[in-house]
Amino acid sequence: MTNVDRAFSALHDPTRRAVFERLREGPRPVGEIARGLPVTRPAVSQHLKVLREAGLVSDRSEGTKRIYHIDPKGLGAMRAWLDQFWESALRAFASEVERSAKEDR
Amino acid sequence: MSTQIRPAPVRKSIFVNASPDHAFDIFTAGIGRWWPKSHKIGPADLDRPVIEPRSGGRWYELDVDGSQCEIGTVAVWEPPARLVLIWQLTPEFTYDPGLVTEVEVLFTPEANGTRVDLEHRDLERMGDKADAMRETVSGPGGWPGLLQLFADTADKH
Repeated sequence: MTNVDRAFSALHDPTRRAVFERLREGPRPVGEIARGLPVTRPAVSQHLKVLREAGLVSDRSEGTKRIYHIDPKGLGAMRAWLDQFWESALRAFASEVERSAKEDR
Repeated sequence: MSTQIRPAPVRKSIFVNASPDHAFDIFTAGIGRWWPKSHKIGPADLDRPVIEPRSGGRWYELDVDGSQCEIGTVAVWEPPARLVLIWQLTPEFTYDPGLVTEVEVLFTPEANGTRVDLEHRDLERMGDKADAMRETVSGPGGWPGLLQLFADTADKH
């Protein structure tokens, strides 16, 4: 598998995307990322490993903890995230426009 | 030979069954009714984002505890046809006054409704901060292929 394939499939997995989304809220350790996700902590670690190998996520040591964060140099990741963000935001916008237009009639 | 790689702008279009006036109004004054609550900067829960209705206005998030966090500014306010917002959030979703990317939204009347075209551009500026970016981009296992693939995908749509 090439690096390109790797980065793409990394973000196409819904659970992995959820892990990536969690990091968008800020850097955090694996335990915190796993909280609220319907997968085990080792599974989250596995997803993080894939995201890291794809260049989407980096990590650093803080005491005994490993803190994960979105790789700020991973511009492709940012673009992919924005693409998905605007897609869902515009869809929500359109439903709101049509809902409120109906109310006005 | 070196080639500069620029990510393609994010482009999205959607049709709404309403007038441009109404669509523009919901996009701006009504942004709190459709903006995803999960997408916020501050530590407190999001009340709503606010777009001030004038060129040069602020674009910020208002949180339930009353605190405000800048998102960017309003560059062009031309209701009901055109809106340009300046997005100043980094890849880690924090405000950076030195980062300027543009989000242009066009509202075009069509039969029975309005076509809304959104373009988020200047994304390469998110990587301008460091020369490390260039290294990452051109290094082995870097981004050129990925960015090119994104660019190709964006052009096709």
